[in-house]
Amino acid sequence: MGADGVDLKKRRTLTLATSAVGIVGAGYVIYPFLAAWAPSEKAKAAGAPVEADISKLEPGQIMSVKWRGKPVWIVYRTERNLKDLPTLDPMLLDPNSDDTGQQPEYCKNPTRSIKPDYLVAVGICTHLGCSPTYRPDIAPADLGPEWKGGFFCPCHGSRFDLAARVFKGVPAPKNLEIPPHQYLSDTTILIGQDGGKA
Amino acid sequence: MSMMQSLVQWIDDRYPMTKVWNEHLAQYYAPKNFNFWYFMGSLAMLVLVNQILTGVWLAMSYKPDADLAFGSVEYIMRDVNWGWLIRYMHSTGASAFFVVIYLHMFRGLMYGSYRKPRELLWIFGVIIYLVMMATAFMGYLLPWGQMSYWGAQVIVNLFSAVPVVGPDLGVWIRGDYVISDATLNRFFALHFLLPFLLAALVFVHIVALHKVGSNNPDGVEIKKGPKGNKWSDKAPADGIPFHPYYSVKDIMGVAGFLFLFAAVIFFAPEMFGFFLEHPNFEPANPLKTPPHIAPVWYFTPFYAILRAVPSVAGSAFPGVVAMFASILILFFLPWLDRSPVKSIRYKGGLYKILLWLFVIDFIVLGYLGTQPTTNLYKLMAQVGTIYYFAFFLLMPIYSKLDKTKPVPERVTE
Amino acid sequence: MKKLIIAFLMAVAPVLGLASGGAHLEHADIDLSDQASLQRGAKYFVNYCLSCHSAKYQRYNRMARDLGLTEDEVKENLMFTTDKIGEGMTIAMPEDKAQKWFGNPPPDLSVISRARGVDYIYSYLRSFYLDDSRPFGVNNIVFPDVGMPHVLWELQGMQKAVYKTEKDSAGNDTEVFDHFELVKPGSLTPEEYDGVARDLTAFLSYIGEPIQLERKRLGIWVLLFIGVFFVFAYLLKKEYWKDVH
Repeated sequence: MGADGVDLKKRRTLTLATSAVGIVGAGYVIYPFLAAWAPSEKAKAAGAPVEADISKLEPGQIMSVKWRGKPVWIVYRTERNLKDLPTLDPMLLDPNSDDTGQQPEYCKNPTRSIKPDYLVAVGICTHLGCSPTYRPDIAPADLGPEWKGGFFCPCHGSRFDLAARVFKGVPAPKNLEIPPHQYLSDTTILIGQDGGKA
Repeated sequence: MSMMQSLVQWIDDRYPMTKVWNEHLAQYYAPKNFNFWYFMGSLAMLVLVNQILTGVWLAMSYKPDADLAFGSVEYIMRDVNWGWLIRYMHSTGASAFFVVIYLHMFRGLMYGSYRKPRELLWIFGVIIYLVMMATAFMGYLLPWGQMSYWGAQVIVNLFSAVPVVGPDLGVWIRGDYVISDATLNRFFALHFLLPFLLAALVFVHIVALHKVGSNNPDGVEIKKGPKGNKWSDKAPADGIPFHPYYSVKDIMGVAGFLFLFAAVIFFAPEMFGFFLEHPNFEPANPLKTPPHIAPVWYFTPFYAILRAVPSVAGSAFPGVVAMFASILILFFLPWLDRSPVKSIRYKGGLYKILLWLFVIDFIVLGYLGTQPTTNLYKLMAQVGTIYYFAFFLLMPIYSKLDKTKPVPERVTE
Repeated sequence: MKKLIIAFLMAVAPVLGLASGGAHLEHADIDLSDQASLQRGAKYFVNYCLSCHSAKYQRYNRMARDLGLTEDEVKENLMFTTDKIGEGMTIAMPEDKAQKWFGNPPPDLSVISRARGVDYIYSYLRSFYLDDSRPFGVNNIVFPDVGMPHVLWELQGMQKAVYKTEKDSAGNDTEVFDHFELVKPGSLTPEEYDGVARDLTAFLSYIGEPIQLERKRLGIWVLLFIGVFFVFAYLLKKEYWKDVH
């Protein structure tokens, strides 16, 4: 008992208890406001998987589909392209796709794809986000005699091969991202979904 | 010195933190006989914070474009995580704001809280009320429903009823010849802005309050009474420190209020068409006028007054004047009340009856404002309007005639 | 003064009776927790209504979740105009064609139940009757001169409106709607058809505010929590205010 009969202990306990309930309540109030920032149903629907029809793609050709606001390339690689890929390994930063964040498990292979013929890759440079240009031509003047086809980013000069692997000595630090995907048939690829195999 | 004490000292050397804490909370003495009516001030502040918080959050998803607005509200209700809750907190909060403020103003009316030396405090309050009304009016256009559109059309057309400058004024307010996307966009900008002005006005309102100290249900000035209480020799005998007594009491009041607030949000957010009006779930259609256009409930008494006054020479201007006059007359209340006593507790039977009638009148006018005009309703609204103005304009006379009771020296429990 | 109060009470009383300012509305008696009812309502909606009326704010995948259906079930049975389960229930009819064919384009029905009320919708669905003077040969007691055909006529059949003579407020004879009479039966009995109307109304009420059941469920917990907080706050206040008395 404090002076003039004040039960200080009771006051402290009641204050603590009320504050505790109040703080929990405040947490419940704040939560919806924070959750409201997470992607809405509209954003999630827009991020839904996209189908790509590759029936018209010729060898050496590239097509692009939009998935989650980003360009996704599908390249029909030629026999020559596929033969050249292993020869480029010494010039690459991560030739064996050791960085597991850049591709699904089923694309951790020499061609970084499900089917060797088709490359499916997100067309955004891993340096600062520009979209590189497709350069299938062999040994052009501006890219040098060693160039066996690939992607060149005009913003800061990063280079990637036709398995979307990044070269050494360029600003980009990682291989291009391979999105989750699956073949619905020989002519249709579903980008953004792989039945949970990733 | 402990860490905490050093920190407090460091701040106090650079900012009057402890001084403000003492002067306005721990050693600010308020009358000890506050009753239920005295919860409304702190509740109004709580609701203002609610409106600003939920409002800013809604603005993150709402689109102030005539083609997108209605859809963006449905997007908030369905697609944004917890968007429905934030929306209902905002719509219920708007009505709750007016419930609280009307009770707050009524307290002032009952206890003479507008009397000297609190005239300026009252005036700031009426200004706050006006800014609240403007904010609510503009906010109601934003969902772009049928009632939003046509309610705004009617009210802005009132400005067009002003002689000479009226039509140009209406076009200037709208930014177009009818309520349109231009109007919507600018009302959105202003609706976002005004609450911050409101917050500044509330600060000024409290500064004015703390200069003179609160009134109380007995209308007895505690500062003029004996000095010396349990906590301080110099403070008024009938005063108690705001903190902890009124901080703890107000927290209890907040809890009670939140219970009712949540009950509405979770179980009756539409409140039978009074908080969220049914016609507003139809997108605005400039080609189709709804059968009944009425403002939201908190404006309806003034709408009834507007419609009660007959047009003169085809102009609705007299009604417009009457409507604005009915609000502006509140500014003069401190000088209209000539009673020797402040609080209704010591006023006579005459004043009590007249005040009761005023309450009934305000409610009846409010009801009439929601209904389409019939001959009977128009007559009732006219009687109601006359009484409304008579209550104020005749107050200098009847407040002197009224037989008052002797006022005690000290506050009663 | 007394006269005024009596006049006021007498004026208010009849107004309280008539909600829609027109026809008498039947009580809809829907149950939103009855998922089977909502599923049937969804079926009727996509089969009979979606060809003209969109419900563009209602997403298919949300309907799947809330109605206890799998996305595949919804894709196979309830999606005709799109294949994207995340999209809203839109229609194929272009708005200018709708204007030409119907005068007023059929309104989107996402929030119609909030605009009109469930009793109105339920009554509306049951109140079509034969009327030669109308373009589609039908009229509706609840929505006079509506521009909509009786889409569900095969289920309900065709009814005609029977009137009775009454005296109006001026003392003159006037024809007032009394009841419907089925002149051509449909594939359902009247009770079965009422069930269809009820299911459709329940579905429209659901899409008007999909969160309503969840909000009420949460509300109980919220009120309980605030109640507990109030008890603590009250005890705290009482304790401190011992000082004051």
